[in-house]
Amino acid sequence: MNEGYARRPRVGLFVTCLVDLVRPSVGFAAARLIEAAGCEVFVPAQTCCGQPAYNSGDSASARTLALQTMKAFDGLDYVVVPSGSCAAMLKLHYPRLMAGDTEAEAHARAFAERVHELSSFLVDVRGMTAVPGSFDGRVTYHDGCSGLRELKVREQPRRLLSTVPGLELVEMADTETCCGFGGLFAMKFPAISNAMVTAKCVSAVAVEPDLVLAGDLGCLLNVAGKLSREGSAIRCRHFAEVLAGELDAPPIGAGREGGTA
Amino acid sequence: MTNRSTFDAAIATALADEPLQRALGDVPSGFVAARRRARTELPGFERLRRTARDIRDHTLAHLDLYLEAFETNATRAGSKVHWASNGEDARRIILDICRNAGARIVTKSKSMVSEEIELRGHLENASLDVVETDLGEYLVQIRNERPSHIIAPAIHLRLSDVADAFRAQHPHLPADRDLETPEAMIAEAREVLRERFLAADVGITGANFLVAETGSAIIVTNEGNADLTMSLPKVHIVLTSIDKVVPTFADAWPLLRLLARSATGQALSAYTTIVTGPRRQDDGEGPEACHIVILDNGRTELLASDLRPVLRCIRCGACMNHCPVYCSIGGHAYGSVYPGPIGAVLSPALAGPGATAHLAEASTFCGRCEEVCPVEIPLVSMLRKWRTRDFSRPASARSRALLRAWAFLAARPLAYRIVARLGTRVLAALGGSCGRLERAPFASAWTRYRDLPAPQGRTFQEQWARRKRAEPT
Repeated sequence: MNEGYARRPRVGLFVTCLVDLVRPSVGFAAARLIEAAGCEVFVPAQTCCGQPAYNSGDSASARTLALQTMKAFDGLDYVVVPSGSCAAMLKLHYPRLMAGDTEAEAHARAFAERVHELSSFLVDVRGMTAVPGSFDGRVTYHDGCSGLRELKVREQPRRLLSTVPGLELVEMADTETCCGFGGLFAMKFPAISNAMVTAKCVSAVAVEPDLVLAGDLGCLLNVAGKLSREGSAIRCRHFAEVLAGELDAPPIGAGREGGTA
Repeated sequence: MTNRSTFDAAIATALADEPLQRALGDVPSGFVAARRRARTELPGFERLRRTARDIRDHTLAHLDLYLEAFETNATRAGSKVHWASNGEDARRIILDICRNAGARIVTKSKSMVSEEIELRGHLENASLDVVETDLGEYLVQIRNERPSHIIAPAIHLRLSDVADAFRAQHPHLPADRDLETPEAMIAEAREVLRERFLAADVGITGANFLVAETGSAIIVTNEGNADLTMSLPKVHIVLTSIDKVVPTFADAWPLLRLLARSATGQALSAYTTIVTGPRRQDDGEGPEACHIVILDNGRTELLASDLRPVLRCIRCGACMNHCPVYCSIGGHAYGSVYPGPIGAVLSPALAGPGATAHLAEASTFCGRCEEVCPVEIPLVSMLRKWRTRDFSRPASARSRALLRAWAFLAARPLAYRIVARLGTRVLAALGGSCGRLERAPFASAWTRYRDLPAPQGRTFQEQWARRKRAEPT
């Protein structure tokens, strides 16, 4: 690269399949935040990171998808992911998947160095202290398990949310407890998953927020789906939407008629 | 032992069991809060966990050496060491000891290894009168159940269940006696058990740790029942397993400091007893003989496998207390001796993978278990290893086909794009203006309990490409 030291960092956005398929507005919000942090955003053709296969015990399929994903992001300075779960897959588990193949493992380690969860990238790498968005209301933040425990993402999203004009962050009880999504777990053990998401919604409802925020669309689909089934007026969004001020799209699962938050 | 369909039935039963749900609901404010306090009060707790992990790993790496040293030193102290490669061996050895002692009454303190080999039932079938002396185990025994937690075996019971069980089990006591308070129940248990302690011919305990340098067993309880179990009868049997050994007392202390804190939040269990051989010449009391039965039961194979770290376990139960799945369904639903995350990893190794590998599915991989594990067992990776082993089994054919289809598509970005465009449009249309699906035949497991938020319409990649094309270059 010979553009010189003033060149803006080139960031590859790995949107995750859930954002790609279900909620593109999160991808645009993430792109806006990365640009606001002084970077240039690229979106290489991408599919799934391979986590469903990896966590189901299908290492061969997971490896194929890991190699494909790493190749797609070659040549970019960073890979930023608006999901703690998928980011942990790229950052921590790709090298483990390649164990035994020295060259692939080295490639995966070098790749992993460049991977960051969105809020961690904005705060830890770019030192962001102000965000484009504003929001007038109360929000609570649910910690996604992988982001929290594997990547130690806890303060970063909260710090960014605290800079949003008008936003009041209220912490719910047991915010570090799993919501019961767990990828295919929700489909394989629906009754246990339901017990877990019910408990999560009780905690969320208790602090009377306008919005429940999280950094993983999996958790959000689960919590939003449960809240709407229970007839709650509380809405859900990815934190990136609030930080970026991308609030035109209706909240998750709320539809065009539902809710203004 | 369960298969997937009995597991599903047990899950449904557990979720509908209101008393159980109330009991499980107390776990966060009980064990979890207690551990948190204990962790806060001990500076260097996290450092201690790493020390403990290293002690366990070192011991496991030289297990043969330390087990032989233990045998030598235990023998020197007057104990008799027996090696049992499986449950059948261990049961036979113990029954022989009981018969040689002419035993009729056997007292027993809490031991998960004894649950693993179903010792009590076996001894009862041989016409021995076996009495569990840990209060929780006693309750589980008289209700003809299994423990539902490795340190709190009767965690699933309410006070009224205990009173009912006592009235049924102790018909010789006045029917109109007061059993309203925990104190009254404990007093009755103490009364009943004391007679058995004094009458017992053989006492069987577990061991939390075996100390190689002296041939000692370390046994912790909160009730002191193990002390009476081991010191009053003329024969003491320690039933334990090969993974319990540590090199020296100096190695045992960090583990003991973590064990009670991780389990109940105590700095140390109420009773920590070190037993080194039977009564010596000048001892005023104690058993005439001490037998130590050391079980393998699949552990050597674990030691040689990539699941070795699971043998670090010191049986504190923190992983189950912090597991949202365990706290939803309780211990019995697992259908295995060891429930919760550690049980899902350990049980298939002890019982044969076909029987219990499905337990590894029952996790969201949330990782709280390994976050609190005092010996840093990477439980999520261990569970994933079981899933990997299970993936190729014929029983997994359906999920394998679905996953492979997804992976096939995801490995072909063009095909993926076409299917994704089509799928998101259809789902968005189905979601209509309310933006969600209340019923979806392809995802009924999901929509039975919650709505399915509908896709916004076009995929992100499709929209992004369109925006990029529209931008002036």
